[in-house]
Order: sequence, then structure tokens, then C-alpha cells
Amino acid sequence: MAEMMKGNIAIAEAAVRAGVRLYAGYPITPSTEIMEYLSGRLPEVGGAFIQAESELAGINMVIGGASCGVRALTASSGPGISLKQEGISILSDEELSAVVINVVRYGNGLGTLYSSQCDYNRETRGGGNGDYRCIVLCPSSIQEAVEQISLAYELAEKYRVVSVLMTEGALGQMMEPVDLPDFVEPKRNPWGFDGKYTYKKIGIFDRDSMKESVLLKEKYAAIKENEQRWESEGVEDADYVFVSYGLPGRSTLGAVRQLRDEGFRVGLIRPITAWPFPEKAFAQINPGVKGIITVEANATGQLVDDAALAIKKNSSANIPAYALTYVYGVPPIKSIKADFKKILNGEIREVY
Amino acid sequence: MAVERKVPSIIDNPMNFCPGCGHGIIIRLICECLEELGQDQNVIFAIGVGCSSNLGGGLVTDRLHCAHGRAGAVATGMKRVNPDNMVITYQGDGDAYSIGIAESFNAAYRNENITVITVNNTNFGMTGGQMSWTTMEGQKTTTSPHGRDCAVTGYPIRFPELVANEFRVAYAARGSVSSPARINALKGYIKNALEAQLNKEGYSIVEVLSPCAVNWGMTPEEAMTHIEEDLTQYFPIGVFQDRRNQE
Repeated sequence: MAEMMKGNIAIAEAAVRAGVRLYAGYPITPSTEIMEYLSGRLPEVGGAFIQAESELAGINMVIGGASCGVRALTASSGPGISLKQEGISILSDEELSAVVINVVRYGNGLGTLYSSQCDYNRETRGGGNGDYRCIVLCPSSIQEAVEQISLAYELAEKYRVVSVLMTEGALGQMMEPVDLPDFVEPKRNPWGFDGKYTYKKIGIFDRDSMKESVLLKEKYAAIKENEQRWESEGVEDADYVFVSYGLPGRSTLGAVRQLRDEGFRVGLIRPITAWPFPEKAFAQINPGVKGIITVEANATGQLVDDAALAIKKNSSANIPAYALTYVYGVPPIKSIKADFKKILNGEIREVY
Repeated sequence: MAVERKVPSIIDNPMNFCPGCGHGIIIRLICECLEELGQDQNVIFAIGVGCSSNLGGGLVTDRLHCAHGRAGAVATGMKRVNPDNMVITYQGDGDAYSIGIAESFNAAYRNENITVITVNNTNFGMTGGQMSWTTMEGQKTTTSPHGRDCAVTGYPIRFPELVANEFRVAYAARGSVSSPARINALKGYIKNALEAQLNKEGYSIVEVLSPCAVNWGMTPEEAMTHIEEDLTQYFPIGVFQDRRNQE
């Protein structure tokens, strides 16, 4: 039976059930409840919890755990996730799997404590130095988030990459009824260190970046081909298709349904993977569509770039792409509807 | 009668150190100690960035090349999930005491049950000899061309003494490779450090004064003399925290 749970707590318990046996991190609002919960919970199941001296140390402890083949986790927000980029790049380079939760808060630098989607570009483009991507899952409910934790590990281990669970401050802090997933048996990945050098590694100075690049390209192409996830509604006959993920995606769905009731032919694509971006969803859009509209909780419009590229890939017509940016929080249905009408009457111009 | 020259079995490939470098001796000692303790097939290295990285190319053991300075944190994660493996960080002074001082201090602060080996050659060797936090007062490096001015750069750090004095670590020592007698003593320090970890006594560190003849602009012999006559005056050889509960 569904139980009312706070997002961060539910996600943390789901991580335990997904077999996570190492957490290392540093407190930062609005993600802190995840580590608070795991500090008591992980030792109960024989796992390790480490309060690190910094996010930098936290992600490097995760590297240590992941290198031994254990499901390892860290979570943070805002500037804390910035500090983790070094380690995420190392994990990607070493082809170690791990999951990082970003409970996104708004702002540059120290930023604010407001719920936001301002880290979209960083999360979907790798984030650290080099030429890699993370698989980015972006839940729009606590239920979806708890189900994505084990998916995040399965994908990370399948492709030996980092998966990011990109939630939002509000999702972490709010309560909803949730059915927690069942426990899975903790496992050790076969590449994990056991002290016996069972899994052979190429010497540090024997690596060939040219050869590796071919495999990397194939790997990321395979992820793009196989792992796009989304939900869509009403796109086949739509004049306008909204594109929105996470909590704004949820209110956009409400706006789309109300606009439909009012006679507007509108649809929604809600990305569930922000990377790989669900380009395939755009193939199902009405060829006569008049525009696509992103709804985003950031200031400058980030999702709109990917949405515009995806529509370009699927249509030779020059279909305008609009961005409705609400900076932080979750845009109310009435604001989305009002701004949609501003697009119709030309008050809001397209971005592309 | 000829005696077989026995090399520890986990040393497999040649390592590309400069002429007169001390790293090879230190790595050899670590591997000999591991073998003598029956732990050479039960070890994971967290390797620093710099000349210490060469260990990764030379040994056939589990090993991870950590980001600059982070080996203390990575080794912490390894040890927490694999408590029965020997976990050793192998870093230089630039890696462990400059960019990695937070991770190094905090591993000691937590009394993490790992062994830290820091090769102190008083400069950033791999990048061509820049000033590090152990560069001696007046020492010329590529970033202290007029000699290190400690009034503006701070004074050389004595890390094993700091963690021995401030934290309840299990074992802290400093050795040197500057003579056969020093090397024999160093092997004892390394063995004690590993035994401390094996017995789950807590954090152990051995810093090693090691020559960097090329960046010091000296012959290998001069570099060894420099260690004996100059470096040991500031960086004393010895045990700063001895094991409390040894058998």
C-alpha cells in the first residue's frame, strides 16, 4: 500500500533497496535528507556511510567503492554537484558505474535554495573535462523517482557509465504517496577490485586514446539508440507540442489537458531521460505542427536547444521552437496556459 | 655460489623513472613487505598523479589512478567496502600535501584504516620541478627561481609529525633511501605501517625522503648527500607515532 513519504527519504530508502552499499557525501540543502537517512539506514544493512569533508572527497570515496564493484551513491545540489564533476569525469574515464543524485536548486555560484531545472545543460553534457556523457533520468513524481534508482544502476552497469538522477528541490522536499520497490540482493560487479587482480586492467601508460575513442563513440551511440525514454500525449494531431520534464512536466500535462478541453490541439512530450534526449518522440509529432514549446524552470532556456534540434532531425519544415522559462519553482497551469496564448498572439517570440 | 636475485612477483613491468630516482627502491620495498606479510595477492593501490603514477604501469595488482590529490578519499571508499583488502595510497609530496592536503588530512583525521606512502622529493617532479609544500627554504625550483621565500610561501610542511601530534593515528614515520642503512630502516617502517593496517589499528603513514636528481640539478650521488646533510635536518628520520597495540 502506498505510504506518504518525503521525496528525499523515499529516494534514499529506494537506494538501499536497490542494493546501494556505500554512500559518501556532504550536506547541502535541498538534498541533505538523503544522507541523513542513509547515515542511520546503511549500517543496518551492512553498508558503509561516510560523511565526507567535501563533495570532492565524497565523489572520490564513491570512486573507491565503485572501483571495488559496489553500488555506490552520492547526492548533492548546486555548487556541491559542481565539485563532484572531477570525480564524475574520472568514473567515466575508468568506466566505473555509479549514481549521482542532483536535487537541483536554482542559481549560479552559491545560488539559492529554490527548486529549479537550471542544471540541465551541465547534466546532459557530461559536466567535467573530457568527452563523455552521463545517463540522466528526470522523474516527475516521487513514485517515478524511486523506480528510477534501480534503473539508474542497471543502465550505469550495462554501459559502465555514471547515471544521474536529476530531481528538483521541490521533489526532494514534498510528500506524496509512494509504493517502494522490493529489495534486490546487493551484488558485486565483476570488474570490482578484490585484491587479487582478478580483473585485468591495461597499464596506465599503455592506453591508446585513439582506439578507446572508437569504442567510446560506439558506446554513446548505443545509449542514444537504445535508452531514450519519454511519455507523450496528444502529439499526433497537435498544432503545438509542449516539451517539459520533471515537476514542470507534470504541470504542463495539466495545462495540455485543460487546453485540449478548451479546443486547442496541443500535446506533450515529457522526457524521462534528459540524456539521451528522446529525439524519437519527435518522429510521432503531427507533420503539420506549428510550433514546439518548452516549459522550463530556469532563466535562459536550456531544454529548448535540444527540443529544437530534435524537431530539426524529424522535420524538414522550419518549425519554430519557443521557450517558456519560469526561472524557479513549478509553473502553475494557469501561467502556462496564459503564456501559450501569448505565443498564439505573437507576444512571445520563438527562440529558433 | 650464485644466489637467485628474487624480485617480488607483483613487480612485472619496467617503470620509467629518471636516473637517480628513489621511487624504484620504495616500490620494491613495499612489494617485498607485502610478500613477506603474505598480502601481495590481497592489495589495492590508490595511486597519485605525478611520478608516483609510474607504479601503476609497473605492478600487476589492483590499482586505481586517482585524480590529483584524491587518493586519501578514494582509498577510504575502497577500504570501507573491502575491509579485508590491504589498501595503500602511493603519492608524491605535491599530490598528497598540496592539492590533496584536505583528503590526506581528513583520512588521517578519521583514522582510516589505510596505509599512506608519500614520496617526498621536495618538488613537483613529473611537471618539471615546481615548488611544493615540502620545498626547502631557499630551494630553487621553476616556480621559486630565486629560491623559496618562506615569508610569502609558508614553510615546508611536516605531515607525519602533524598527524602524529594532532590525530590518534596508528603509525607515523619518516624514512629515507639515502643509504643502505636508511633503506633497511625504511623497510621496517613500511612493514610496521602495513602490519598496523593488517591488524586494523588505524591510519598508518610513511613519508620517504627521496632524491630527484634531475630536477635538483645534481648527480645521483650529490642528491643522496643532499638528503643526508640537508633534508634530514628539517625532515627528521624516525617514528613519530609508534603502534600502541602491537602483538
